[in-house]
Amino acid sequence: MDDKQNSIMQSTKESACSRLCCTKIENFGVSFGANTIFANVNMHIHCGELTAIIGKNGAGKSTLLKAILGEVKHSGDLKYLDEKGVHTGHPCIGYVPQYLNFDVGTPTSVLDLFNSCLTLLPSWLCCSKKMRSRVIENLKKVKAEHLVDRRLGALSGGELQRVLLALALDPVPDLLLLDEPVSGIDQNGLELFYDMVSELRRKNDLSIILISHDFDLVCRYADRVILLDGTVICNGTPEEVFNDEKTRGIFKSVFPVASKDKEKSRNGE
Amino acid sequence: MLDGWYSLVDFMLPFPWLAHAFMKNAFMAIILVMPLFGILGTMVVNNRMAFFSDSLGHGAFTGIALGTLLGFIKPLAAIILFSIVFAGVITYVKHRSTASNDTIIGVFSSFAIALGLIIMSHSGSFAKYSSYLIGDLLSISQEDILMISGVFLGVLCLWFFIFNRLLIVSINSSLAASRGIDTLTSEMLFSAALAIVVAISIQWVGLLIINSMLVLPAAAARNISNNIKQYHFIAVFIALLSGITGLVMSYYWNTATGATIVLFASALFFLIFALRHRFLS
Repeated sequence: MDDKQNSIMQSTKESACSRLCCTKIENFGVSFGANTIFANVNMHIHCGELTAIIGKNGAGKSTLLKAILGEVKHSGDLKYLDEKGVHTGHPCIGYVPQYLNFDVGTPTSVLDLFNSCLTLLPSWLCCSKKMRSRVIENLKKVKAEHLVDRRLGALSGGELQRVLLALALDPVPDLLLLDEPVSGIDQNGLELFYDMVSELRRKNDLSIILISHDFDLVCRYADRVILLDGTVICNGTPEEVFNDEKTRGIFKSVFPVASKDKEKSRNGE
Repeated sequence: MLDGWYSLVDFMLPFPWLAHAFMKNAFMAIILVMPLFGILGTMVVNNRMAFFSDSLGHGAFTGIALGTLLGFIKPLAAIILFSIVFAGVITYVKHRSTASNDTIIGVFSSFAIALGLIIMSHSGSFAKYSSYLIGDLLSISQEDILMISGVFLGVLCLWFFIFNRLLIVSINSSLAASRGIDTLTSEMLFSAALAIVVAISIQWVGLLIINSMLVLPAAAARNISNNIKQYHFIAVFIALLSGITGLVMSYYWNTATGATIVLFASALFFLIFALRHRFLS
């Protein structure tokens, strides 16, 4: 399996980046005690690309994100290379969580959330006029400027997700991690969200890693798909991955559409 | 040392309940400590840490016993030291373990209270500690006041620098990680601050109700706050109001001060709870 994986890696452009910049995940592995969650995970993500990670429950997708964030101890390296191909260290990461486990009664406004992430001036003295206009600017990018004084608990699932996206985009990250919500957002809301993400990606040349459970959306928006199950099983364009035997083997029961139909949905309906 | 304060109080607030020096000391202590309860309480309530702060009271109780056993000259120093270690250990174990917080805190809390009771009852002298259960206002000395002033400034500075981080950690730990926040350090500093404030207050508030001091003002403020700024200012206002009212009334009713303060804080909580729909946007 390792050989195959390596050959896939080779085929997807090795070390030197052909484009402007990229993020490399090299030999990532996480184990809790004797239990190995995943090992030997390699990814190469170019700026402006949206890479979707798919896999069964328990395949290690969320743990991988946590390892990239540095929240979970891991082996291997995370490298960010800028335009000249010089190692520029740890990438600036923006993160949109799957859900927030905050108490809905919390008296934290959207402005407080931004202020706490962006400055050291405590939110209980919040906020300077400058910060307020900066936050409103940020929220405009996701069409949510009217939510600036709303309490977090009073936001709908879709609104919260847009606010979190705006938060993740300030400062403009090198790498954006999106953990797709499993519940709480309807199909329209999700499509709106992904249209927004695609547009921002084009504008800012963002690298995006997305964890997704919705294969239709993956087909429509992802440039690359990585199938994770203990390690990288399959890596390529959505067509390549979804037509792969191994993918079909893992997702026997849930596989949605034949590749022809997918082609259609990709070309617009 | 506090002569300036005494004459200021005599001049500005010539009330009969403030005539005695010990009441002036208590008044000063309340003005300094109640706001700390208010602001620290905001995060205790946000993080659902009521049980944790309760166990800090137990830790402080054991600190008293240990301090006496080891012959510390100033029991307060022993209480503070032990409380900080106790809080630090709980926070660390909580961070490293996957067991539920309640379980871990429960284990440490029972351990602390058992150790404290064993030491205190060892020579059959438990009665002399019983004042720590309900608190004793007369016990606040001038040195205590100076120490409380130092703690007041220290906690305020700390709160200025770590509040934003604590807020992000309380909302989502992965989001905090993506912002480069060291969760453990922030939580350690927060629990140390809590431990210190609980330790310096336990002698006049008492073990039995110290937790309500932390929880009630913030819990009341939360009902009518739309943002963090309101949350803080309302919590501090409620804490001060119930603190001063409680002090005055305990003087006239001849009751335990800590309990009287908590009574007023609870009354404010219910009042605000009933009126909450008028304030929330």
